[in-house]
Amino acid sequence: MNEETAENSDLQATEEPIIEIIDMHKWFGEFHVLRGIDLTIQQKERIVICGPSGSGKSTLIRCINRLEEHQRGQIIVDGIELTNNLKNIEKIRTEVGMVFQHFNLFPHLTIVDNLALGPIWVRKVPKKEAIEAAMHYLEKVHIAEQAQKFPGQLSGGQQQRVAIARSLCMSPKIMLFDEPTSALDPEMIKEVLDVMIDLAKEGMTMIVVTHEMGFAKSVAHRVLFMDFGQIVEGNTPEEFFENPQHDRTKLFLSQILH
Amino acid sequence: MEAYVQETLAEELKPPVTSKGVIGWAKSNLFDGWFNSLLTLVTLYFLWKVIPPLVRWAFIDSLWNTTGAVCRDADGACWSIITTNLRFILFGFYPHDQHWRPLIAIVLLCGLLFYSRNRNHWNTYLVYAWIIGLVVMGVLMRGGILGLPGVETSQWGGLPLTLLLSIFGLTAAYPLGVLLALGRQSEMRAIKMLCVVYIELIRGVPLISLLFMGSIIFPLFLPEGVTIGQILRAQVAIILFTAAYIAEVVRGGLQAMPRGQYEAADSIGLSYFLTMRLIILPQALKIVIPPTVSILISAFKDTSLVVIIALWDLLKTTQSTLSNPEWMGFSREAYIFVAILYFLGCFSMANYSRKLEKELSTEEH
Repeated sequence: MNEETAENSDLQATEEPIIEIIDMHKWFGEFHVLRGIDLTIQQKERIVICGPSGSGKSTLIRCINRLEEHQRGQIIVDGIELTNNLKNIEKIRTEVGMVFQHFNLFPHLTIVDNLALGPIWVRKVPKKEAIEAAMHYLEKVHIAEQAQKFPGQLSGGQQQRVAIARSLCMSPKIMLFDEPTSALDPEMIKEVLDVMIDLAKEGMTMIVVTHEMGFAKSVAHRVLFMDFGQIVEGNTPEEFFENPQHDRTKLFLSQILH
Repeated sequence: MEAYVQETLAEELKPPVTSKGVIGWAKSNLFDGWFNSLLTLVTLYFLWKVIPPLVRWAFIDSLWNTTGAVCRDADGACWSIITTNLRFILFGFYPHDQHWRPLIAIVLLCGLLFYSRNRNHWNTYLVYAWIIGLVVMGVLMRGGILGLPGVETSQWGGLPLTLLLSIFGLTAAYPLGVLLALGRQSEMRAIKMLCVVYIELIRGVPLISLLFMGSIIFPLFLPEGVTIGQILRAQVAIILFTAAYIAEVVRGGLQAMPRGQYEAADSIGLSYFLTMRLIILPQALKIVIPPTVSILISAFKDTSLVVIIALWDLLKTTQSTLSNPEWMGFSREAYIFVAILYFLGCFSMANYSRKLEKELSTEEH
């Protein structure tokens, strides 16, 4: 499973891929959750991963920034292999932003402090600069007027936009999205997807686990379908939705697209 | 079927008025049915029987500045036992002509504590103020320099001793307890085991036995000629004891933290120590303010147990005035007085914790 599908004009052909995953396995106790993942991701590539629940898609992207540890195979992010070396893990985490299903903002800090915390303590940016940068990113996600509030006072959609801005503050090279709209009320999904589309237009490398097929069609370079811990099928969105190859992909698509 | 369509926007109304004046309130709360009316009447009768005699005893018929002999012929409370012996109760065997020193030390301490209540005052200068304040208090109490006659720690007693044991005990036990809680959560086996063993051992014995151990067994292990003050040994026992309890409460707070908070901190590259310091502990410690304060309050009261290793804390000095033949038998007054002092200490802690909880709340602003 390594088809090069970089037909998209804005995708730069680089010699070195930004993420390389080679025959990667993971077990939760006895349960074999990822069964030999091979995946190469180019810089500025946007990938959408879909699949039924329990298929391992969240676990896969959580392995990329070592929130989960893989037990076999290799993961190389931006030229650094993920091992038990804590320094390397912390380095990779500063380069890889992550947005969670349940936002995971820090409830005891104001919005602007949520954003400035990483730059100040990890990147050692002076406080004043970090706050300015935080305000810049809050404006980008259209929420600057809420800067002094606490996360608990914001709606779900607003919180998720803050969470995206918090990741962007670290100037990451890659952004991971773990079902970013699944916990939102329907009327708030669009405001979050709009922010993600803006990000895509700027050329961010994005890996998105989502069931928003409209988003996948308009934004992704490649759509991957996962089932039972494997990448079953991967293709351009046009081909993936119009002409699915695998039976399981067809079944899944027929279940979510009515 | 015809569609239901609401044409107009509903008007916003004020909530219905529920207050009904004093009589209405009494009627709905005190005389609501025969059973509640009966309870109200019984309670009123009881209060009428108890309150007036109590007021008469404590205030109207009380004697404030007489000798014990005069007190014995009177009906009211004999507060004279307090006023006459106040200096001994508060300062114990501290040299009589030097009592101004512990007095200033206590005033200084209370002033610093009161100033520190306001979190806006928490800055570097306050830390310096505390350091200087503690040195000044130490010099005042200990003496021996600046022309102050030296006073042995064995002569310290009363309120300064109680405050010393509790304030240092609590401020040292809290961070130690937090460290133990983090250690118990640690993935490093050795550290985890060490913390578990410590916590379970200390919690498994009464404070009294720790005090005895510190006072009697511990000196046996010291090399000849080395002595460690009795007060210091009691202090250490109280710190070790309280820390074990705080550790378990803090562990509860740590367990209440959702995994997402750790993951979010990890995902922006925070190290373990930064994650704990900036993300986890501020939230976990806030959750456990109420049980922590309970432990601190009970530790404050437990300092009175040092009486068993012959330290003259506030309770002991009060009690000993009762063995003076002149004041024998006025234990009610003496114990009420000391109870009031302890209550003031505990109540201000409880009060402060409520204030802190309110200030740290991020729900409503």
